[in-house]
Amino acid sequence: MFDKILIANRGEIAVRVIRTARRLGIATVAVYSDADRNALHVRVADQAICIGAAPAAESYLNGEKIIAAARETGAQAIHPGYGFLSENPDFVEQVEAAGLIFVGPSSQAIRAMGLKDAAKRLMEKAGVPVVPGYHGDTQALVALASKANEIGYPVLIKARAGGGGKGMRLVSDPDAFPDALAAAQREAKAAFGDERVLVEKYIQSPRHIEVQVFGDRHGHAVHLFERDCSAQRRHQKVIEEAPAPGMNEETRIAMTEAAVKAARAISYSGAGTIEFIVDASEGLRPDRFWFMEMNTRLQVEHPVTEMVTGVDLVEWQLRVAAGETLPRTQEEITLTGHAVEARLYAEDATRDFLPATGTLHHLRFPDRLDTATLRIDAGVAEKDAITPFYDPMIAKLIVHAPTREGAIDGLATALEKTEVAGSTVNLGFLTRLLRDDDFYAGRLETGLIGRKQDVLTKTAALQERHLAAAIAATSSTDRSEDTASPFSAISGYGHFRPLIHKRTVMHDEDIVEACVSAQADGALAIRLGDDQSAQPIIVRRDDPTRIASWPGHITVFEGADALTLKVPDPLQAAEESGGGDRLRAPMPGLVKLVRAAVNETVQKGQPLLVLEAMKMEHTITAPHDGVIAEIAAEGAQVNDGAMLVRFQGAE
Amino acid sequence: MTVLQSQLSPSSDAYKANFDRMQALVGEMTGKAAQIERGGSDEARERHVKRGKLLPRERLAQLLDVGAPFLEIGQFAAFDMYGGDIASAGLIAGVGRIEGQECVVVVNDATVKGGTYYPLTVKKHLRAQEIALENNLPCIYLVDSGGANLPNQDEVFPDRDHFGRIFYNQANMSAKGIPQIACVMGSCTAGGAYVPAMSDETVMVKGNATIFLGGPPLVKAATGEVVTAEELGGAEVHTRESGVADHYALDDEHALAIVRRIVKNLNRKKSISLDLRKPIPPAYDPREIYGIIPADTRQPYDVREVIARVADGSEFDEFKANYGTTLITGFAHIYGIPVGILANNGVLFSESALKGAHFIELCCQRKIPLVFLQNITGFMVGRKYEAGGIARDGAKLVTAVATAQVPKVTAIIGGSFGAGNYGMCGRAYSPRFLWMWPNARISVMGGEQAATVLSIVKREGIERKGGSWSAEEEAEFRRPILEKYEREGHPLYSSARLWDDGIVDPAKTREVLALSLGAALNAPIADTKFGVFRM
Repeated sequence: MFDKILIANRGEIAVRVIRTARRLGIATVAVYSDADRNALHVRVADQAICIGAAPAAESYLNGEKIIAAARETGAQAIHPGYGFLSENPDFVEQVEAAGLIFVGPSSQAIRAMGLKDAAKRLMEKAGVPVVPGYHGDTQALVALASKANEIGYPVLIKARAGGGGKGMRLVSDPDAFPDALAAAQREAKAAFGDERVLVEKYIQSPRHIEVQVFGDRHGHAVHLFERDCSAQRRHQKVIEEAPAPGMNEETRIAMTEAAVKAARAISYSGAGTIEFIVDASEGLRPDRFWFMEMNTRLQVEHPVTEMVTGVDLVEWQLRVAAGETLPRTQEEITLTGHAVEARLYAEDATRDFLPATGTLHHLRFPDRLDTATLRIDAGVAEKDAITPFYDPMIAKLIVHAPTREGAIDGLATALEKTEVAGSTVNLGFLTRLLRDDDFYAGRLETGLIGRKQDVLTKTAALQERHLAAAIAATSSTDRSEDTASPFSAISGYGHFRPLIHKRTVMHDEDIVEACVSAQADGALAIRLGDDQSAQPIIVRRDDPTRIASWPGHITVFEGADALTLKVPDPLQAAEESGGGDRLRAPMPGLVKLVRAAVNETVQKGQPLLVLEAMKMEHTITAPHDGVIAEIAAEGAQVNDGAMLVRFQGAE
Repeated sequence: MTVLQSQLSPSSDAYKANFDRMQALVGEMTGKAAQIERGGSDEARERHVKRGKLLPRERLAQLLDVGAPFLEIGQFAAFDMYGGDIASAGLIAGVGRIEGQECVVVVNDATVKGGTYYPLTVKKHLRAQEIALENNLPCIYLVDSGGANLPNQDEVFPDRDHFGRIFYNQANMSAKGIPQIACVMGSCTAGGAYVPAMSDETVMVKGNATIFLGGPPLVKAATGEVVTAEELGGAEVHTRESGVADHYALDDEHALAIVRRIVKNLNRKKSISLDLRKPIPPAYDPREIYGIIPADTRQPYDVREVIARVADGSEFDEFKANYGTTLITGFAHIYGIPVGILANNGVLFSESALKGAHFIELCCQRKIPLVFLQNITGFMVGRKYEAGGIARDGAKLVTAVATAQVPKVTAIIGGSFGAGNYGMCGRAYSPRFLWMWPNARISVMGGEQAATVLSIVKREGIERKGGSWSAEEEAEFRRPILEKYEREGHPLYSSARLWDDGIVDPAKTREVLALSLGAALNAPIADTKFGVFRM
């Protein structure tokens, strides 16, 4: 076994690999970009090496620097995690050329599975069922259209080198084929530099079921049962589970045998996943699944398999990479209970899942569940930032229970108890999906989320009691010191009536004003708006509303939804305006356009620069007349609060 | 500890009558307080708000911790004086909490005659400073004032306890390490300019705050220079050029947030050497106090009924219970703070005075704060008592009260007449705080006694000259005397002149005393050295 390994990744997967390595007594080296200086994976590793600037191309995708880091630190092997360089055969060869071990399959195996049509031909030859389709080299319209007719509509046109839905078109009738083909080829060319496409049968009511396989360098290959990843949003997995709902023994045998056959066909060593597309229109049947592709790495959703089999897949990866045989035979691998995983993302479900950024000022997970086992694989901790450079995943929550219902209930509960403030997250969406009738009953198919997106992304409405609780929270003062004083013990005293405090919060663009006064029992009486004769809302000291206060904001948690209100902070506002002579970035983003220069005299309201953040453009204008002393550079990536413009002297 | 057993019968007619009467008195005060809280006229308030300023009470609320008590002083200052519309003497003052720290806050009300200083405004400002000095409390001044009220300059400017004393106090408190923080939110002219200038740290609000020794008209008259107020002494000038102020605030909210931040950074810690307990409420509802106090001041009642509704758990360990029984003395806790209570249960005799002096010695020795529940017609008179040396024994009590260095807090819960006022720690004996119930009366003697004494003198004079004085004539003679004493002995008359710190709701006596003691405990308790006790 290795003494020291380097993890060529970041976030939750780096943290997760380090955890197993530590258990096995293996020292760990983290690599990081400038943006990840203080990231969790850097903090938990034994050693950490900076490998470049924030953009992934200059750091986590820079194989040379990573190999140099491994040599410098004396790491014997490199674990690639998933994404980044994990399926790059050239990198594998460079690692091996440097005398290091790549924790993963051979470069040949990766190459064999890299191009989808070649992989399918290979699988067909090995006797693994593949989706009827054309994977040939002929790219002419007439030839492809005739193949489409052979396969039968509807068909799917896909980029041969593709992934992530780019260069993909669904065509329901022959008339639409020419335009769709042209569009797919154009996109494929733009995205992958390769305009070649393939044509496949489009499966209706499809499910995505994949089989975890494992091989070693001694010719062994096993499967660790299947996972169902049908809950997808535009080909991105949202919730994964094991085993697949409705799975029967016949189908499982057929699928797992096919998967092992596929792995053996390429003498696969390490962790891999064979993805199948399944026609579930008549339930799961042994003749209704087809090979889609093989992922030659550890998958994001591997924990569900770990929980139902009790196997640590990272440990197996390390053992296999170190030349050991598989720790268990096929017969020794069993499946117990049901596991479900949800991916907690910084994204705005109400804005079509736009990726979000921000500092996680408040991040709380439940410690445990009463009726099920909870596992949390987090890549960040409270106060860490989600930057625009990388995948905005915060954590994976995985729940294992004896039954599927138990696991789903447990996961929904765990998500409802999870609190995130500082960025927009998908907790509410995930919970609504888990509680969706079709999902709960196991009536899965990949189109489920798309069909129900409106309902699933409808967040809880802001109620007066939320506002009152938030206002009460803005009013609280830390009185931990000097609790013995009657000024702490007595609430709201005035000789004849208590003082009335005015408070303001903002919800979206609405300004909510309130009058707050304390009652003798310590509760706050809060009147919203102008109507002072209205019955006040009473917020007691033990008010159960869950709330997080963070700079300039209050977040109220309702179920799994978070309702965030802005709280004007005069000190912060003045700081941001610098008394009017400093302008700061309201959120992290890219300085897209600079429209004023140093020493230029500008007028109040004049646009100074454009900040692109959250895929929207924000124009920063001059708050007053003045002369520019400093201005951010075009193309600069800035964090929230970063100074964008400074004016000369006084206003 | 001994738990007091109440003999009160809330179902009795007397209780109900007493309750209704006290409730009406509290209701009257509540109404007057609400009127006063509005400050100046509607037009003045509108003008104030139009300038982007918060109203004085809004400033106060914004400055203080939400939910924390505000122990206001001089709420009824200048009530019915100077023509009757100088609410709170144009100045809001009291002890409040800022970032968990008890502070004295002084807020000018520019909606009341431009926030100018009337004689009672000066007196109130000085009283607030005195509270800060005695109790070691930081001072926060929210300044928005036109300075001395010129028509009253002779009663505002020249004497020792006039305007200049404000700055003398600031300098001397600062010297003692008591922070002086000014936040200028409006004009601050001439002598007034020294409030921010003499402060340790000063905030100014852009646009509204101005500080200058001479305003634009005076400058023009003196030198011919034409200058705007903002150019002459605005926040910009003073925070960037002159250094007269330290912090530039964009508006009132910003300024108050800066003041809160300043207080947060003061690095002060209260150290209390008392054996504090966990507060527990009294066993009896404090509101029942309404039913205890007889409408007729001459009708006696047992003051222990009041103590049972003020002390934690109604627990009261009496000292010398069987001796000098017209003065009740004993130990209790109020909101967890140990106190020695002295309360009147009738006229003071020699024994009562001796008992009181002895008890005060005990409390000073043990550093236990004193609470006086004052309801006293005076010391006993008559040949027997004079011969027994009541003046000598009374002097012992007065000496003990005067020289006791533990915090003293007085509540006048009934009559406060004659030397009884001295023996029970009246204003002249510097209690840290002095509060009055709405039913209380204060004067050199009771109206009846005064009328009787004056009638006797008058009758003697008439009869010596051989004249006669009919009962009708005597009644006619007594009437204005009784009216004068009733008017001048009234709590509103007293409060208006700052003979006390305020009128309070009897049902909240426990809270008022606790907050007064809580404020007092910010200062260390000094050793007491008594004067010569005449033996």
